[in-house]
Amino acid sequence: MTTVMSPAQTADAARQSPASQAVPPTSPPSVTMAAALNRALADSLAADGRVVVFGEDVGTLGGVFRVTDGLAARFGEQRVFDTPLAESGIVGTAIGMAMNGLVPVVEMQFDAFAYPAFEQVTSHLAKLRNRTRGRLALPVVIRIPFGGGIGGVEHHSDSSEAYYAHTPGLRVVTPGTPADAYRLLRQAISCPDPVIFLEPKRRYWSKETAVLTPEGPPIDRAVVRRPGRDVTLIAYGGMVATALEAAEAAAEEDRDVEVIDLRSLSPFDDQTLTASVRRTGRAVIVHEAAGFAGYGAEVAARLTEQCFYNLEAPVLRVTGLDVPYPPPHLEQFHLPGTDRILDAIARLEWEDHKS
Amino acid sequence: MTTLAYPRETANADSLLPSAKPLQLIDQDGLPGENPGGLALPTPDVLRELHRRMVLGRRFDSEATALTKQGRLAVYPSSRGQDACQVGAVLALRDQDWLFPTYRDSVALLTRGLPAEKALTLLRGDWHCGYDPYEYRVAPQCTPLATNTLHAVGLAYAARLKKQDQVALALLGDGATSEGDTHEALNFAAVWKAPVVFLIQNNGYAISVPLAKQTAAPTLAAKGIGYGVPSLLIDGNDAAAVYAAVRASIERAADGAGPTLIEAVTYRIEAHTNADDATRYRTDAEVSAWLERDPIARLAAYLKTKNLLDDAAAGRLAAEAEQLAGELRDRMNTDVSVDPAELFEHVYAQPTAALERQRAALLAELQGLAEQEEHPR
Repeated sequence: MTTVMSPAQTADAARQSPASQAVPPTSPPSVTMAAALNRALADSLAADGRVVVFGEDVGTLGGVFRVTDGLAARFGEQRVFDTPLAESGIVGTAIGMAMNGLVPVVEMQFDAFAYPAFEQVTSHLAKLRNRTRGRLALPVVIRIPFGGGIGGVEHHSDSSEAYYAHTPGLRVVTPGTPADAYRLLRQAISCPDPVIFLEPKRRYWSKETAVLTPEGPPIDRAVVRRPGRDVTLIAYGGMVATALEAAEAAAEEDRDVEVIDLRSLSPFDDQTLTASVRRTGRAVIVHEAAGFAGYGAEVAARLTEQCFYNLEAPVLRVTGLDVPYPPPHLEQFHLPGTDRILDAIARLEWEDHKS
Repeated sequence: MTTLAYPRETANADSLLPSAKPLQLIDQDGLPGENPGGLALPTPDVLRELHRRMVLGRRFDSEATALTKQGRLAVYPSSRGQDACQVGAVLALRDQDWLFPTYRDSVALLTRGLPAEKALTLLRGDWHCGYDPYEYRVAPQCTPLATNTLHAVGLAYAARLKKQDQVALALLGDGATSEGDTHEALNFAAVWKAPVVFLIQNNGYAISVPLAKQTAAPTLAAKGIGYGVPSLLIDGNDAAAVYAAVRASIERAADGAGPTLIEAVTYRIEAHTNADDATRYRTDAEVSAWLERDPIARLAAYLKTKNLLDDAAAGRLAAEAEQLAGELRDRMNTDVSVDPAELFEHVYAQPTAALERQRAALLAELQGLAEQEEHPR
């Protein structure tokens, strides 16, 4: 089942800073996703003098989710700073800074609060390299806490990935685990292309025991989180953990589910995905965002086009409802959970299946 | 009792306000302006260069309009009438400074040293930008309007963070002052003390919408005070005043004193573009009145009075302008050569696998078409 936190629990969780979650001296340590992201920013700031981190409340406060906790104190106000409350201004000035040789990593406080910056993102950030025949590279990272499941009130839980993924020139990535959050953010900051970095806020406090390293799968590759033979279950961001739970539940019913964490929504890793689906013959894509014209439509279309003769059933989508994001007490009915995923798996034409 | 105030840097409000009347160094008859304010008259050499560049720019502009009528440009938004703003502002820039122009600023690009045909690539339509921004320190021309103001602030603030002596000049029009980005840019620039100069070329119309429907502010320059940005209201058809105001603002920014907002009052003599019919929203009498205030004629009159321009020099300049126009004509009167494969080159630092497949598919499609033409069924 999907874990739904009450608004009060969310507030408590939000007050916990990564720094306050003591790291035991043993190695490897247990780390939350928020702390992993904090470490990625710190390590990037330390490794590259061109990196600057800015946005609303990212300085003294350390961000409303504490992802930038302690960075202003450690690196100074020339490297980590608060801005006026204006998202277009944040992205627009980041573009100018990148033109002048800096590597800006900016924060949009919440998914739906990023929309004022949409023109700067789609008309300029995404296009300037192309407009100038490659002369003007913009290595900007826009961090956006996204998605629901935290009992957030209105405008705090949108899944806005399809808007960005539809824009050529942008890379769109989202981590599913703390270790991958560290890796992907380091890779995003090193990337010469603009990167929309979507942070699944419901997983900020998820923990993993892992050594944090930028090494591993490259920024544009999907990874198999759980190998399986019968069906490919595709997820990203906050839904990766949900998909893994569903796979465990399916195993009890003798369905061997392979879970793929997309990591990179744009570009799409056709190779990893088609290899899996050609093997299993069945696929389900899951996301929180509304289904209509959603990211899952692209995944279903690509897999159908490329794996048609291997498919035993239509590629199914398990998504949020086609409704504006619901209020906290209703979001549990909107968000895909293990039950809906298991239902979709059950509808995959198993009559002729020989396991 | 403590006073109810949050700590912040405060400026003397009066010092931020523009003058009631536009500052002017040379009036429309070529005589010393009545309201010079604190502006310093440029040296004779600068005045002669302002005149020369305006004459060249005007000829370039009329040639571009002609080329558009011949189908050589997709569209051309003329700079005619705004010559003093574009030439005065760009000549005031130092080599290391950056220019953030809009689509109407072709003459500004030319004055910054771009070859004429590179300044027109966007409007010709073979690519979105025809020059390397780093070669000329000129950003790609801004078409959505106002978005470039934020880029200018970011670039300027980066220069400050890196301790580089570099100022950014953002060009915008009266219409763009209504866009949110302009307000965010003024605010960010002021808070960050970014070395930026905002130059509004107020030509009275946003395509067809007159200033009265654009703003209820007493002047556009008056908007600066709300952000803590000092502002200047100047005669935008007086190249000497534009040069002096922009130069002083650049020096102020370079000294670490932050941004300046300049409103230059001017007029767009031609329609918005060749696709526009200006008679639907303005009268011939209004245009005629502005023709009387022509920026080139007034500076020429002043220079002649001061014995800084004679008929021989004017003749040589006219010949130089004709040569520029002829060269532009020759370069533009050729068929555009484009490479469809280039569509995929610059989307990302490296083309993605999907883009590589699309490139191969497009090239195969083109080859198929070519073969069909060679061997029709």
